[in-house]
Amino acid sequence: MAGWFTGDGPGEEFRLLGTRCSGCRTVHFPREDGHCRNPGCPGGELEEVPLSRRGTVWSCTDGRYRPPPPYVSDPGAPWVPYTLVAVELAAERMVVLGQAAPGVGVADLPVGSAVEVVPGVLDEDAGANTVHTTWNWRPVAAEAGPEEPGTVPAAEGAVS
Amino acid sequence: MTGDVAVLGAGMHPWGKWGRGFVAYGRVAARAALADAGIGWPEVGSVVGAQTVRGGYPGYVAGATFARALGWQGARVTSVYAACASGAQAIDTARAQILAGMADVVLVVGADAAPKGFFAPAGGERPDDPDWLRFRVLGATNPAYFGLYARRRMALYGDTPEDFALVKVKNAAAGALNAYARYRKPVTAEEVAASAMVADPLRLLDICATSDGAAALVLCGMEFARRRGVADPVRIRAVSTVTPTFPRTVLDLPDIGTDSAVAVEPSPESFRASLARAAYEEAGAGPEDLSLAEVYDLSTALELEWYEDIGLCGPGEGAGLVRAGTTALGGRIPVNASGGLASFGEAVPAQAIAQVCELTQQLRGRAGDRQVPGARVGITANQGLFGHGSAVIAVR
Repeated sequence: MAGWFTGDGPGEEFRLLGTRCSGCRTVHFPREDGHCRNPGCPGGELEEVPLSRRGTVWSCTDGRYRPPPPYVSDPGAPWVPYTLVAVELAAERMVVLGQAAPGVGVADLPVGSAVEVVPGVLDEDAGANTVHTTWNWRPVAAEAGPEEPGTVPAAEGAVS
Repeated sequence: MTGDVAVLGAGMHPWGKWGRGFVAYGRVAARAALADAGIGWPEVGSVVGAQTVRGGYPGYVAGATFARALGWQGARVTSVYAACASGAQAIDTARAQILAGMADVVLVVGADAAPKGFFAPAGGERPDDPDWLRFRVLGATNPAYFGLYARRRMALYGDTPEDFALVKVKNAAAGALNAYARYRKPVTAEEVAASAMVADPLRLLDICATSDGAAALVLCGMEFARRRGVADPVRIRAVSTVTPTFPRTVLDLPDIGTDSAVAVEPSPESFRASLARAAYEEAGAGPEDLSLAEVYDLSTALELEWYEDIGLCGPGEGAGLVRAGTTALGGRIPVNASGGLASFGEAVPAQAIAQVCELTQQLRGRAGDRQVPGARVGITANQGLFGHGSAVIAVR
């Protein structure tokens, strides 16, 4: 599952990574490294490409109950609902699902509103001293200025 | 029409949580279907099992399992797995065998003993499985996808949680009249609204449960039916099992991302709608011909979407139909007269067969208190994981 996003390095911008077909320009996320899935495509090279940082909410929902494994959660801890948001990326003409940043609820994500991708934590294993990172979507504040990479915590490791 | 096959018998095991294995349920349903058909098991030339993949483990080889449970008698055997469309693909396989002259009489069986709670993928680290990935990386359960569709409908069409609740109220009222349903109590809108939120805006009573259950059909050629003195059987006129077309732009289980529409303009028709259209084309019929429909109400909001996808109304008009009572028993076009998954719960390989069992009883005029008067044409529709789905049209 390596290679789904970048931005772990210092000063690097956090971006989802997909692959794009050199033949027909179709973008795949999660990355498709085998063969372009456009049935009419003669077949091109699949090149890694960062996805748009910003998109608009296609829809969202939340999870009020603890999902079963392989989702990682501590059964001893009270369940904290998380929000899932499906985001339309205009340039890629596709929808990408992800969890919203902690503290962001469905009321913060009206359909059609602007969101941006930021690094997030999927789970932490204190025993093994590992942090599994992921991507989160968060609302773009109305007064949002230039992007400031330093405002989000640097993440380590890859998902799973 | 030369493509027709006859439904000679239909049978089910009551749905619920019975604590037994799927083989026991399937045997009961199979024997009921054989008795209904007046066919002895040794006369069956082929058995097609809709396979159960309990917990994601594909070790339950259904066709031979049912054949053994009924007593080995040398029949041709097939097992099919297609997630929620397993039952319809089993019917499709049986139909193809009959039309190809490979068998006169085919027994189709689907049965399952579903685990409680959320469906979940099998264990282990399996990052090459998209179904595993959506749970591991996102915690995206099946109801999460239903919640996304429901909220999208609210934003696009102005549907409300109260509209969704009306679907549950309607289906529970029908299910209360069905001896095979798991839930047989009427439900009020207030009860839906008071149930726990699962995936906003959907509540517990908006989402179907998991169940044990089984359904079976005995199918045969039209000539065989006539020889058996059944001059006017229920006929299966179409079975659609088409795949989506690229680019598929609606996020669906178990996807994390949709196809990109950069290179190819998406079809204006949804995948669900294409399932029904293919069936209508094969049957030479249309939505205007329908007497009733059985659709996959995995969630209440999803049932409204099916109204549009099977052509009962235009996009965004689904809620209007349930508000007007059009899709209730006694309405112009009852949907889920059986009670639907709202009343049955999911027993994955059985439910597409159970839908056809309901059409069969309705078209025979033997549906008792939930009979749709004068039913002549019915459609079923369902959708499963990984681009599977189906629609069946039965006529009389």
